[in-house]
Amino acid sequence: MADLTSSSAGTRLAEARRQTSAAARRRRWQLLSPAIVIIAAFGIFPLTITLIYSFLSPGTYGGVRWEFSTDAYVQFLFDRDIFDDTLQFSATYLSIFGRSIGLAFGATVGALLIGFPTAYFIASKPANQRNLWLFLITLPFWVNLLIRTYAILLIIRDEGIVNISLMWTGLIDQPIGMLYTDYAVFAGLIYSYLPFMVLPLYASLEKLDFRLVEAAYDLYASRFQVLRHVIIPMAKPGIVAGCILVFIPGLGAYITPELLGGGKELMIGNLIALQFGGSRNWPFGSAAALILLVVVMVSLIVYVRYSGKEGSNHG
Amino acid sequence: MAKPTQTPATVASPDPVPPRRRRMKDLRKQPGFDTIAWICLFLLYAPIAVLIVFSFNDNRSVVKWTEFSLRWYKAAFENDGIRKATLISLQVAAVSTIFATTFATMAALATTRVRAFKGQTLAYAVINQPLMVPEIVTAVSTLAFFGIIKQVTGINGIGFLMLAHTVFCIPFAYMPIRARLEDMNLSLEQAAADLYATPVQVFRKVTLPLMAPGIVAGGMLAFVVSLDDVIITLLVAGPGETTLPVYILGQIRRGITPEINAVSTVLLGLSVVLVSIFFLIGNKKRT
Amino acid sequence: MATQSATAQPDAHRPTAATTHEVMIHAEGVTKTFGHGSSQITALDNVTVDIRKNEFFTLLGPSGCGKTTLLRLIAGFDLPDAGQILLDGQEIGHLPPYKRPVNTVFQSYALFPHMSVARNIGFGLEMQGRPKSEIKDATEEMLALVQMQHLAGRRTDQLSGGQQQRVALARALAPRPKVLLLDEPLSALDLKLRKEMQIELKRLQGETGITFVFVTHDQEEALTMSDRIAVMQAGSILQVGAPKEIYNNPARRFVADFIGDINILDGDLDAKGERVILPGGASIRALLPEGAARTGRVSVAIRPENMNLTAPDAPEAALTGRVTNIVYFGAGHNVHVALEGGGEVLVRRAQTDAQIGAHVGLSVPDAVQVLVD
Repeated sequence: MADLTSSSAGTRLAEARRQTSAAARRRRWQLLSPAIVIIAAFGIFPLTITLIYSFLSPGTYGGVRWEFSTDAYVQFLFDRDIFDDTLQFSATYLSIFGRSIGLAFGATVGALLIGFPTAYFIASKPANQRNLWLFLITLPFWVNLLIRTYAILLIIRDEGIVNISLMWTGLIDQPIGMLYTDYAVFAGLIYSYLPFMVLPLYASLEKLDFRLVEAAYDLYASRFQVLRHVIIPMAKPGIVAGCILVFIPGLGAYITPELLGGGKELMIGNLIALQFGGSRNWPFGSAAALILLVVVMVSLIVYVRYSGKEGSNHG
Repeated sequence: MAKPTQTPATVASPDPVPPRRRRMKDLRKQPGFDTIAWICLFLLYAPIAVLIVFSFNDNRSVVKWTEFSLRWYKAAFENDGIRKATLISLQVAAVSTIFATTFATMAALATTRVRAFKGQTLAYAVINQPLMVPEIVTAVSTLAFFGIIKQVTGINGIGFLMLAHTVFCIPFAYMPIRARLEDMNLSLEQAAADLYATPVQVFRKVTLPLMAPGIVAGGMLAFVVSLDDVIITLLVAGPGETTLPVYILGQIRRGITPEINAVSTVLLGLSVVLVSIFFLIGNKKRT
Repeated sequence: MATQSATAQPDAHRPTAATTHEVMIHAEGVTKTFGHGSSQITALDNVTVDIRKNEFFTLLGPSGCGKTTLLRLIAGFDLPDAGQILLDGQEIGHLPPYKRPVNTVFQSYALFPHMSVARNIGFGLEMQGRPKSEIKDATEEMLALVQMQHLAGRRTDQLSGGQQQRVALARALAPRPKVLLLDEPLSALDLKLRKEMQIELKRLQGETGITFVFVTHDQEEALTMSDRIAVMQAGSILQVGAPKEIYNNPARRFVADFIGDINILDGDLDAKGERVILPGGASIRALLPEGAARTGRVSVAIRPENMNLTAPDAPEAALTGRVTNIVYFGAGHNVHVALEGGGEVLVRRAQTDAQIGAHVGLSVPDAVQVLVD
């Protein structure tokens, strides 16, 4: 009798368990599938098209001809002589890439130098004021990037408010040509992505226990030593995250160099876009896009590795 | 543990509290950091402020301030190109927000507050993929892919643009919804089940009302992101599908007009209002 | 491994327990594991226990002992891997929570923040599809029961911790469940409020006549409130009994150690297995629990308040030693004595004139509890 009930209870239990876990699994994938399918089909799959295109030949009026070719990658490093078809090393595209990396890196450093004190300033505010400050710092980020860049363009062009005021004060008598220079692009990049630096920095600094700072002072550290030996090491995850978040979009920037570089100071983003527009070499554009993607992915992997290691170090 | 006598500067005072409090505040400070923070804030807002101010300037040259006027707003409003672009922007943003928010809500329900499951990391990676790939790469890939589809099927239309927007809006909608759900105490739903609510009732009476602020926030974020997109739209949009930011970009390339200042200010205002509401919702949740 | 001691341990002070008490919850061979492979944790290991109708039953143990898991299995939030759970004779182990006439008071209270106090309390009845008038009446009755009538319209996040606690109780009691499960409900309250709520809970249990199953890691709380206590460790129930029995006659070393302060001494059982010979030579009657060794070296447990200080040469001095420390703790003194044969014991007295360094004798009770490891 006892045996009978317990065995039927066992089957009922097993049935209930099987049903719940199977139903939970089914429901989970039903809920996930729309987002996953749409991103996989229209976000990830197109990347493979780009990969394929980068190994094809350019069509005459844009698009591709279905002929295998590595020209797109060769073109990146060499010029093909029109007459005798020989290859000559050319640094044109490499230098565009180099400049992009340089500008993105410079902007990252610049954003860090401005962003760190700002994030620290917010984190050391009383808790009830911090959210307001954070809001003020992030609000411009939600204003259209195009409009923000345009606003910079407005103030730094020759007839912009900066030059006008400088001339009015008599410091200069000719407008300084700021627009359409690398400096303008550099400043624009910092301006565009500064909130990306401040947010993760703040997230680390907010967790900083200021009693540790007090302990360091108690142990005879100077302000600078406290900063160098206590605050910065503890903010390291935030610094790394912030740098990645500024560097990656900075590297692929399109609007900033387009408007502030005036199409003269190209970055990789503009180079890619050009290949799908005016000069119409889709395979080359695809190759450039893939190279950009690889650089970004490598940075991300380095970041994930690094943050993973940091995480385990701190237990 | 506090040792007030340790620092020689602290002379025993009749009321030891005020100087101590001042010292504590000072300890947190680093020299120059406050100044940089204020400069940072100034730099972030100054260009936008100039843009807004000059949008109200009654002067074609966009250089000297003459008089307050709404004439450029009027001109912008009467400009057919701007009106059409605005309409398209709103259509695209509305449709992609609805789809992206729905899908993101479902995904958030599936991925939060569950024990680790097989494929979880992959699911996260896929959902966040649009954030990890540079926009220009997504733009050209989508252009190439849609080109093939259009060629093969002969289908055209604004649906493609909406689809592209839906893809990159999903992670933005997903983030606040997921955050909201993770903040939610799992025992609330268990309590409802304990009090005889069936799974459907639990979802309707407890889960959905509680996650609603997250859904609204996610939807607003998706809307703003869609409304602001330039690069993907620039490359993917077909003829007659010019959105407002793409229209503005075209105008800026041709030269600066005060009309553009006015439109930019309106677009900017819209984003700021939406994000402020988003911020308020987020703040309310925490209290 | 623990099952036999949980069920077979007879209630020494009660006459033939099984016939006079009806069983409300019968759990048999319940096992629950979490995780897979090497990270697998056995939260409950073949647990068998009976909980009687209309009793205040407490699951007591350190965190991770499986007490909350057992509660969640009864509530239906998790399903057991094996074993069965009977509620009032009905198998419920496989049912989802909303089909079990059992309600839970959560550790975090889990009050619905988007509903008023009154709607929270009426929620269970609303879900059961009861008529509006009945819900209203029951809600009012419950509000009165927990003395919260004046706050019926409040939002739950505007309540203090103690008030939230009362609402959570009222909400769980409103559908008149057969069993009320309480998962460390007092742990978030401060000490004074906690003491008040302990008495309040006991009153509610008496007034409603509902079986309470209470989970706590606080031994004092368990001793104060319970009709019976089950002491748990590492997924097993070690001992079930009335508070006095658990306190005075712990059968297992862990139970003795976990509840209150206790002195554990080594001794040798005599040939008949009736008396323990302590290192000092004193011979005391041994209380042997089920499963204890009948000969050889054993551990015995003596509460500090059951020992007294005497002159070293007094006839009742079973042990002798030197006072090493005297600690005053308000209600009395803890006297630490280093024994002559090695080891240290604690003696608790309301008053003492002992001096540190003094030679003393120690008296022990007539009978001592032998412990099973």
